[in-house]
Amino acid sequence: MSEATVVSLPDQSTARIPKMNFITKENGLLSWLLTGDHKRIATLYLVSITFFFFIGASLAALIRLELLTPQTSLMAADTYNKVFTMHGVIMVFLFLVPSVPATIGNFVIPMMVGAKDLALPKINLLSWYLYVIAGIMVIYTMAAGGVDTGWTFTTPLSTHYLNTHVITTGLAIFVAGFSSIFTGLNFIVTIHKMRCPGMTWFRLPLFVWSTYAASLLMVLGTPVLAITLVLVVLERLFHIGVFDPAFGGDPLLFQHLFWFYSHPAVYIMILPGMAVISEVVSTFSRKRVFGYTAVAFSSVAIAIFAFFVWAHHMFIMGISNYASLVFSLLTMLVAVPSAIKIFNWTFTMYKGSITFETPMLYAIGFMGLFTIGGLTGVFLGSTGTDIHLTETYFIVAHFHFVMVGGMLMAFLSGIHFWWPKWTGRMYPEKISQFAAVTTFIGFNFTFFPQFILGMLGMPRRYAAYPPEFQALNVFSTAGATILGVGYMLPLLYLTWSLKFGKIAGNNPWQATGLEWQTQSPPLTENFVETPIMDHEAYDYEWLEQQQQKEVASV
Amino acid sequence: MSDHTATGNGAVAEAQHEHPSYQRHHFETVDQQFDATNFAMWLFLLTEIMFFGGLFVSYLIMRNWYYPAFVEGSHQLSILWGTSNTAVLICSSFTMAMGVWAAEMHRKKSLLLFIGLTFVLGVAFLGIKYIEWHEKWEKHHVPGIHYSDASFLNPASDPEVYKEYHDKPLAPDMAAKTEEYFFLYFAMTGMHALHMVIGVGLLVYIFFRARTGAYTNGHFTFVENFGLYWHFVDIIWIFLYPLLYLISRY
Amino acid sequence: MTEPHGTTPLNEQQEHEHHVVSPLIYLAILVCLLLATALTCGMSYIDLGEWHVAPGLTLFWNPVVALAIACTKMVLVVLFFMHVKYSPRLTKLTVASGLFMFLVLVGMTLADYFTRAWGRW
Repeated sequence: MSEATVVSLPDQSTARIPKMNFITKENGLLSWLLTGDHKRIATLYLVSITFFFFIGASLAALIRLELLTPQTSLMAADTYNKVFTMHGVIMVFLFLVPSVPATIGNFVIPMMVGAKDLALPKINLLSWYLYVIAGIMVIYTMAAGGVDTGWTFTTPLSTHYLNTHVITTGLAIFVAGFSSIFTGLNFIVTIHKMRCPGMTWFRLPLFVWSTYAASLLMVLGTPVLAITLVLVVLERLFHIGVFDPAFGGDPLLFQHLFWFYSHPAVYIMILPGMAVISEVVSTFSRKRVFGYTAVAFSSVAIAIFAFFVWAHHMFIMGISNYASLVFSLLTMLVAVPSAIKIFNWTFTMYKGSITFETPMLYAIGFMGLFTIGGLTGVFLGSTGTDIHLTETYFIVAHFHFVMVGGMLMAFLSGIHFWWPKWTGRMYPEKISQFAAVTTFIGFNFTFFPQFILGMLGMPRRYAAYPPEFQALNVFSTAGATILGVGYMLPLLYLTWSLKFGKIAGNNPWQATGLEWQTQSPPLTENFVETPIMDHEAYDYEWLEQQQQKEVASV
Repeated sequence: MSDHTATGNGAVAEAQHEHPSYQRHHFETVDQQFDATNFAMWLFLLTEIMFFGGLFVSYLIMRNWYYPAFVEGSHQLSILWGTSNTAVLICSSFTMAMGVWAAEMHRKKSLLLFIGLTFVLGVAFLGIKYIEWHEKWEKHHVPGIHYSDASFLNPASDPEVYKEYHDKPLAPDMAAKTEEYFFLYFAMTGMHALHMVIGVGLLVYIFFRARTGAYTNGHFTFVENFGLYWHFVDIIWIFLYPLLYLISRY
Repeated sequence: MTEPHGTTPLNEQQEHEHHVVSPLIYLAILVCLLLATALTCGMSYIDLGEWHVAPGLTLFWNPVVALAIACTKMVLVVLFFMHVKYSPRLTKLTVASGLFMFLVLVGMTLADYFTRAWGRW
């Protein structure tokens, strides 16, 4: 690892965390639970999301342990079904969907656009409470015996055959859905209406563009999932409905409505990740993001295409061949804006003065793993190969490359990147670099073998498998252990850094966003006076001039 | 909105003491506050469109599959009640629009009058809806709860409807699908009625706040946004009415 | 959307004056809506026939007319009662995108259902 670094910290012997900031403004539990401050709500979100992440991760550990041997040795097949279902539900609805938007997005978007807060602070708090209610319902479900439909709630399995807690889980997701609708709605309004003077659309950091695109998906897609789950619940309660063929319903209708949300949901999960990467890659390459406009519009393009591809989850379910053809073609289109982003980040790094701080390591990991995850998605989007690969471990590996290799890497990248702003203190650099590399290695060990397993035909969602698949499964489980270490480390050293980290100062990364031009941790009102945006995004020359001016005036 | 004069020379928000009491601290101007909340309301309605969208799609597909069952199921609905309810709701939309107008014109008495009228019409709608649902309950047409398809297997057993439409008996498997029609009928009108109940509750809140002069001081954002919600609920009914009542009456 | 969107009050006021719609217009819209309701109710008692577009695809005119009237009513409510006619472009865009996404949901789903009968290649 090169010793070059962009970090510039204030003199540690004299530096102090500012006395007045959003953390010290008020004290007491109630001042947190009734807050309207987006930074405090983001902190609440960060704590609750971390909690659910580790629950979901423990369930993943159980899954990997069970798959260590070909027989069902650790738990019964029924229990296994519940474990992977709860893993999916928690990770998708309680971690990935709110991860970057509700924590990092909540924290930085008002500052990035130069506003004092999100447009609707009370709605923002409401969204956190809805999240907590959903979380409690999910935990209740787990305690009461769990649910084993898979996170997709496939009908008529979920409405007719199973006798587990489908209703509570369904309602929990319904509530979590409204939490994410309100977050998205708040972001859209803020980005449209709360920008500071001079902050034109094309001066917005790309983080804002991507989160905006994800918010559009939240607002337009989530309600469809909500009504679908209501129908599933009604169907279970009254034994009549539109999804169960026994009552004259159509299970494919459920699939259409479910994937109308759940495919865009994939982009709800990945777009904010891409948002983080744009900021990090630019900052640690000291260059404006290559092709700013293209990257900005590619986010919006992904959001729009997202709504036209959902039936590629249904190729083997008996939908019309003609519809398959159209949906397959449209699916290929999504690859274009995704590739634009990857290429443009790569070009941003090209001839940049790159340094390898932790956020950048995670970001580079993201770019590699997301590319693999995205390209294997093209295999699955082609009708022919999909028939062979779908419902095998190939698809498990594919979406874990995108969701874990992509989104989780981006989330950790963002957490490290904005940690100094959030807490006013630096995380320990060496150990976090070690954690980033560990995560990358562990991730590949865990999920790459699953591509091969899938190609060989190992089906997903089974507790047992033929013995010839064991070697690769052992690899995968061993990798998961390393991955577990990689995720535990940040939890430990970030907590440690809250008290013992170095004082970060306003702008440790020499980044250009408005959020870095204010103190860390920021004031409750974010800025002393309303900022005026008089330069383009990622204008490092402006930053240098600004600093020279400060030096001159001192 | 109109009487807000501001010194627009600088971007820095200086004159904080000039802000009216209803302006939240994180907005720079009252205009910005109005714009933002109004836009937020529209976005919320966007989610509502998609929320009902799922129901409309289910309806479309089931109707195409089980058309005869849907026709005879719809004959069980009273065209008189349905049409009068449509008229009631449209009138309530009108009084709501007038309520917003009264707030805009700072006319407290007219605002109270129109909000009161809207409330009365909203309750009337729910009352008529209750009568209709109750009839379904008595005829065992509530899906999932002691449902009976006797009126469709043997239409003559239901003389009131029979003398008007002379429906032919449905084959048993098609007659069973009328339950699908009533499921969608109850799901859609139920979801709509739920929105009405929330709306009527908010109208009471608005009425009592309006009595203290809350919305006639130039800050009528809440009334305006509630109006949008109320009109949206009206629009949903405008579609439910032909889809559920008027499938085929000839 | 591309023009600088400052939050200085002067800009905002130029962008849109709050338009107060006259009660007479509301009254006219109310009359139109009630007439349209009567019309759609009456039309449902008349058999408007059907159109055999292609083998296996028949279009019944009654629901088409009923939906057309409903759409007209919706447009009237949206434009006047909900003030969209006098609203900024952003509001119009929001409404349009809502309708568009709804049509995507309906259209793309039906595209599957209607082409299933076409069979294999």
